[in-house]
Parts: sequence; structure tokens; C-alpha cells
Amino acid sequence: MKLAPIRYAAPATMDEAIALLGSCDAKVMSGGQSLMPIMAFRLATPELIVDLKKIPGLDQIVIDDQGVRLGAKVRWCDIESDGRLAQANPLLAEAIKHVAHYQIRNRGTVGGSVAHADPASEMPAIAACCEAVISVIGSKGARKIKAVDFFISALQTSLEADEVITEVLLPAWPAGRRWGFQEFARRRGDFALAGIAAFYDLDGQGCAANAHIAVFGASDRQHRLPGAEAALNGRPVTPETIAAAASAASAEVDPPSDIHAPGEYRRALVETLTERALAHAAK
Amino acid sequence: MIAVTTMKIEFEVNGKAVSADVEARTTLADCLRYDIGLTGTHVGCEHGVCGACTVIVNGAAARSCLMLAVQADGEKVTTVEGLSNDEALTPLQASFRKHHALQCGFCTPGMITTAHALLTHEPNADEERVRDVLSGNLCRCTGYISIVEAVLDARVAYGSKGE
Repeated sequence: MKLAPIRYAAPATMDEAIALLGSCDAKVMSGGQSLMPIMAFRLATPELIVDLKKIPGLDQIVIDDQGVRLGAKVRWCDIESDGRLAQANPLLAEAIKHVAHYQIRNRGTVGGSVAHADPASEMPAIAACCEAVISVIGSKGARKIKAVDFFISALQTSLEADEVITEVLLPAWPAGRRWGFQEFARRRGDFALAGIAAFYDLDGQGCAANAHIAVFGASDRQHRLPGAEAALNGRPVTPETIAAAASAASAEVDPPSDIHAPGEYRRALVETLTERALAHAAK
Repeated sequence: MIAVTTMKIEFEVNGKAVSADVEARTTLADCLRYDIGLTGTHVGCEHGVCGACTVIVNGAAARSCLMLAVQADGEKVTTVEGLSNDEALTPLQASFRKHHALQCGFCTPGMITTAHALLTHEPNADEERVRDVLSGNLCRCTGYISIVEAVLDARVAYGSKGE
């Protein structure tokens, strides 16, 4: 339906943006690809939209010894066309292929997706899996938030009302790291019914170490699966180990039922997708 | 910077400078249809699912129901009207006609704008890529096979070297 009445501002500086955000019930707009639909449904009826379009910067992908730094205004199409990422963080590069449809990929942004925190979206899953550090700035200054502390529940984060995401840092990706990404959606680009992002390193004996397995679409938020990770760590990655990890993963989620799929179906998807993601990693 | 409820916006539509006084809540789709008078842009779902309202903003396909008109201030927008001329069918239009790539026609403006944006950037897009991109545009007459064929056939006009 049509949007409820709003006020609009496109400030030229971050300071002005923060002041506007603190002045009333305001929402940040970057690409608007998540915010516009929820405003059209009138699930969100902010008084004021603060558009980041005139604020300089925030649109770079920087790869350095710390890892991959994604500016908040980096769009999906920017990630898709950045050939460096296949090496710098192949899990990210693969996951972003699944984000939304063509037109939305031209406008949707990293910061917008992370701030929106839809439980079925890919970027928060990568943030959770990779232990991303999310940089934000607000009236009380800048701070860095770990992904595990950032995503609280469906569409809920630890962002304050006057805070803006500036950057998402994905820590450095060692050579030789094994990874897999699996998502099940009715059509590519649609919301995931469930998905798994996973990686592990290999220790001197060829066993899995430092396993990180994150689920999305099957919980109220993106989060890691410590039971599945424990089933993998310290073991050679055989079909038996993978099956044990997948089984642990499905036991760790309690997906709700909705019009798209019953909870039991999503739980079964988590097991299957964990198995496939780890099988891809082990190849 | 003062927050506004209405704003005079100036932007370029199909190569011509236009302006409109719009409420901040007006979508670009509604602005194009009601303020600029270009009703070729169709509004289907109004929440970014159906793709019928696709326009080209600064060279990139975008859903005009997922943009506020005020966000288009200063930008260059191409609508489906900008992809035709009075003399003859464009190669993309001719290909849609040849392949019977439309039935009721409601989704067609979004299909044409999306296909044009895709082939402009990727004239050698293969069938899988065309299908992937068009998956964001719903056709409820179930005409996808002919639409995909029409887009593939139009590639040569965009400089495709062929497969």
C-alpha cells in the first residue's frame, strides 16, 4: 500500500545525520530495499527518513591485513563485481550471490541489511559466522560491536536509535581455510527457508579446527551452532563426522512454523544443508 | 539540513529535465505515473516483489516502488517509454513481438527495462543468467519461455558476439 506520511532529510554530513536521528522517531535509509517494503506494509511508520545518499565515503571495499572492510553503503552488486573477494573471503562472495534479485542488488547495501536484521538474510549470517566487527557511530561517539552482541532477535539489533553503521569488518581469511555455503529458497533470490554458512581450518594432523557454523532462516536471528562446531573440531572431516555435525546442528535449532514452511521442515533443512555445506568444504 | 514533508525535485527522465512537487512519502513509481504522466511504469505489488515497476536509475535497473521520489532528485531515470521511438520497434521490442513474449502485457514494462539494463551491461548473458535476472520479474500469464527466448534473441542488437 502507499506509505504513511513521512518527513525526509538527506544531510551532507554524518554529524547532521546523527542529530536528525536523535530528534524524533527516525530511520536511516541507505539503499532502502528492506525499509521501503516494511514501510509499504506499514510495519514501520517512522516520522523521519534520514537518507545517507549525500554523506561521502562508506562505499569502499578495503582488503588489508585485518580482513575485508565493507563500507556500510557497499551494495551487493559492488561485492559481486569485486574479483578480489573470491580469495579474500570466498564465503562472503558465495553468500552474496544468493541475496535478493537483480534490481534490488543494484541498490541494497551491507549496512542496511545488517541494521534490518531479517533472520533469513545472508549478510548477517556471514557476519555471525565470521565473527564480524560492526562499526557504528552515534551521539555518544563511535563504537565497535561484535556480531554475537549485535543481532538480538528478528529485526532487532543492539544499535541505538541515533546510531549509524559505518563499516562491517570480516576478520582476515587464512589461505587453506575450508568453507561451504548452502541456502534453500523456493527461487534464487527469495528469502531463505533455511541456510548454513560454515568454515573450518585444518590442524597439523588434517583434522578440523576453529569450526564456525552459522544458521539463518531457521531461528529468530543468525547465530552459530556450538554443538555442530564441537562435533567437527579435532576430528578428520569424514562423511561420519559431517553426519554427526549435521545431526547436532538440527538438534540445536527450534524453527518456528509459518506460512512458508513448518518448523520440522526447516529443522530437516538445517541438517541437510549443514551436511552439504561441510561436504563442499571437505572437497 | 531541514527535514521536509514535501519537496520540489528536479531530475532527468528519458533524457529530459523534469521537476515535480512531491510528498516525501511518494514512491518514484507513483511520481513517474501521476506527476510526470508516464504510465508505462506499472505498479504491481508495491513492495518490491513483482518487478513490474522496474526503471533504470543512473544506468542500473531499480524497482521504482522501492525508491522514494525524493531519492531521485538529481538522478537520471529511464522508463519503458524511453526505450521506444516513434519510427519503428526497437530490436528488443521486435524480439518480444517475434517470440510472443507477452500476453496481458502488465509485466512487460518491467521485463523490457530489466532486459535492456542486463543486455546493456552484459550483451553476452547466457540463458542461465537471463533466467536468473528475470526471476525478479513476475509474469502471471506464465510466459517465461518466450520472454527468455526474446531476450536471448535480442542480444545481437546489444553487441553480443554470439555463442
